[in-house]
Amino acid sequence: MVTINDYDGGKPAWCPGCGDFSILAAVKKALVALQLEPYKVLLVSGIGQAGKLPHYMRCNVLNELHGRPVPAAIGAKMANSELTVIAISGDGDGYGEGGNHWIHAMRRNHDITYLVHNNQIYGLTKGQASPTSDHGFVTKTTPQGAPVPIYPLALAMASGATFVARGFAGDIEHLAGLIKSGILHKGFAFIDILQPCPSFNHKNTYAWYRERVYKLDSEYGYDPGDKAAAFVKAQEWGDRIPIGIVFRKEQSTFEEQVPALRKGPLVKQKTVPLQAESLMNEFM
Amino acid sequence: MSIDISFTVGGEAGQGVQSVGFLLAKALVRCGYHVFADQDYESRVRGGHNFFRVRAKDSPVNAISVSTDILVALDKNTVDIHRSELSAGAVVIYDGEKIPDVAPGDSILSVPLDRIARETTGNPQVSNTVALGAVFGLINCDLNILSSVVQEYFAAGKTGENNVQAVKAGYNFILNDYRGGFRRRLGVIGNGKRMLMNGNEAIALGALAAGCKFVAGYPMTPTTPILEYIAAKARDMDVAVLQPEDEIAAVNAIIGAAYAGVRAMTATSGGGFCLMVEGLSLAGMTETPIVVVLGQRPGPAIGLPTRTEQGELEFAIHAGHGDYPKVVLAPGTIEEAFWLTIKAFNLADRYQLPAIIITDHHLSSSYFTVEKFDLSRVIVDRGELFSGDGHTAGSEYKRYLLTPSGISPRAFPLQQEGVLVAADSDEHNEEGHMIEDAETRKNMMNKRMKKLDAARKEMATPDVYGPAKAETTLVGWGSTLYAVREAVDMLLAQGVSVNSVNLSELWPFPADGVYKLLTGARRVCVVENNASGQLAHLIQAETCVKVSDSILKYDGRPFVPSDIAQEIKKRNG
Repeated sequence: MVTINDYDGGKPAWCPGCGDFSILAAVKKALVALQLEPYKVLLVSGIGQAGKLPHYMRCNVLNELHGRPVPAAIGAKMANSELTVIAISGDGDGYGEGGNHWIHAMRRNHDITYLVHNNQIYGLTKGQASPTSDHGFVTKTTPQGAPVPIYPLALAMASGATFVARGFAGDIEHLAGLIKSGILHKGFAFIDILQPCPSFNHKNTYAWYRERVYKLDSEYGYDPGDKAAAFVKAQEWGDRIPIGIVFRKEQSTFEEQVPALRKGPLVKQKTVPLQAESLMNEFM
Repeated sequence: MSIDISFTVGGEAGQGVQSVGFLLAKALVRCGYHVFADQDYESRVRGGHNFFRVRAKDSPVNAISVSTDILVALDKNTVDIHRSELSAGAVVIYDGEKIPDVAPGDSILSVPLDRIARETTGNPQVSNTVALGAVFGLINCDLNILSSVVQEYFAAGKTGENNVQAVKAGYNFILNDYRGGFRRRLGVIGNGKRMLMNGNEAIALGALAAGCKFVAGYPMTPTTPILEYIAAKARDMDVAVLQPEDEIAAVNAIIGAAYAGVRAMTATSGGGFCLMVEGLSLAGMTETPIVVVLGQRPGPAIGLPTRTEQGELEFAIHAGHGDYPKVVLAPGTIEEAFWLTIKAFNLADRYQLPAIIITDHHLSSSYFTVEKFDLSRVIVDRGELFSGDGHTAGSEYKRYLLTPSGISPRAFPLQQEGVLVAADSDEHNEEGHMIEDAETRKNMMNKRMKKLDAARKEMATPDVYGPAKAETTLVGWGSTLYAVREAVDMLLAQGVSVNSVNLSELWPFPADGVYKLLTGARRVCVVENNASGQLAHLIQAETCVKVSDSILKYDGRPFVPSDIAQEIKKRNG
């Protein structure tokens, strides 16, 4: 029986009131709900406050470079398909530095889960604009106001993602449910997580989000299989902000297309140098 | 009398220059000859001027000749450009009906390639294979061997049939209609059990033999064929291949795969390598074994994409932010390309660091004749692995356990219940979690850097080629090996006192061995395909031996042995 305590790691060094505490709790809850033992789970993170999350858990950890957790997570998953692989970024790590990796990983539909802690600000470097800072938001590097932000969910839709969701750090139960669904999803599960930053973002606060977020799953008649509707919801931002599963579809994964992986995890396959003997004959 | 014959096939990109040249080389190897072949092409898919040179001997051959005996000109440009390279008695095969404005001469032989192709197969596209048949007719070599090589090369069906017919028609045209004086005859002299292989193929084969299970790479000349070859064999050899969005993803993907326990590799050129540099540093910090192939071409920036240079030796050795250990190997021959690839995987695993195989367009893309590799000699050494014996539920696995050697036994995720593997880009403690304190930082730096000292002992010192002592010692690295050796042979034959050393295991630099080799030399002269003399810098920094002279070439072309020999004679006065 796996419990929350099995996943307890180091003491977080986040600011009091940081949304990351709730995300950490939700990740643990989801893994416990799935009864996954820590040694079967790999968290791959980038750099930023979000990137520290795996250090505050007990499981396999690969703390990567800034912006690079997704390709490393893909490599690990392809090497050992029995691992449950979760990549973790912040909005700078995922949408800025690593944006290209994120787009193409969705297109190829690798079988991993990707959590992006989106606080619309840079926390680790203490308060500069991020790719999702609201238009006109004044920061230390954008004294005239931030340019137009990206819409991560819409970009995910356009990139062919097969699981697109948004969670809110202010609702741990709901977020844990999304993460659980993401892990169970066959293919690339992308979850943008609204994460208040009490130290450097005084605009997008818990109160600001609470006034705006609403759950898609409770809205009558919303079908996450309807791509056109999902595109509309993916761009909704302002007075109303949807959370929940925006889009979901079944599609074969990248890993399913790789012949070598059909024989089981690569890491378990033996090396036989003499296998190359027949290849040499082709050069004669 | 010994045989030494050179062929040049030239034409526009898209005319089939490469396939005619390659098939000629392959058929000659099948007939028992030693063959060297190289390609000169422009960065375009149509037009321009490309050529493929083939030199065949009845003894080992590893460089091109300056003159050509049979020139196959698929366009007029080829005749104009290569006419000056013809040897006495040479023949130029061209289609006089398609290119009427070629000035006639004793050497010019018009073969109606286009008409023969149309009459035989109805398809003018096989006119280049008609020319191939005509070449084989001129040297009076075995048509059946050529036909079977052509049949194997083209897919079964109409295409293969047409090409075999075209080859036969070209061959018979010479037999029936040729009245000229070309009298070089090449009979079958062996059983054809040697391989015709280029550097890319040798590296790819080495990786497969070494048990590489994951390859991620973004295409870039000259190493794209490594990715393509492994992708083609992936199903049979149980390898997973990923073509990611860029080289940054490629290096991080192989780091992820290696962390999870499999041997992993990427291949690129200088520009892509630049993007991977941050990842190399991560592999150094996380102590993750990866193999990166750097196939050099002339820079800076895009440079000359389809040409050759050795301008990235110092870059490769110093690539990455911070101090960390790495290995750099530079094969000079096809055999070395194969065996050093296996060594790169073993050193990467043994010392848990990134290993770079640095090659260049010349070695990567040129074809050499080699004996089959003895695969029973391949050793797969995964280094120190965590056995899990005695691991109890309460104890923590320490990925970065401090040991006298600096090497911590590696565990892989999912290896064993209760064993958790934490690898960190931040400075970390033995458990793999981030730290800030000075003491741990110092211990971890010492742990990583001491692996370099042990790895240095595994770097082979090269042999001296030529007499043990000489007035001049030529020193090269990587692909210049054969050109320098042939220059030494030429100079020795002319009574010049010279020998040579070629370095192929470059980092950690085998300083003691190189010092012993060079400290007695009267004059040390480096021969490098770059503008700044990067090997000279390295030798001087690592051994304090004075490099007093250098022959540097940075026009994008490989060295020609006779040019090196002439240069030495000129400087000797």
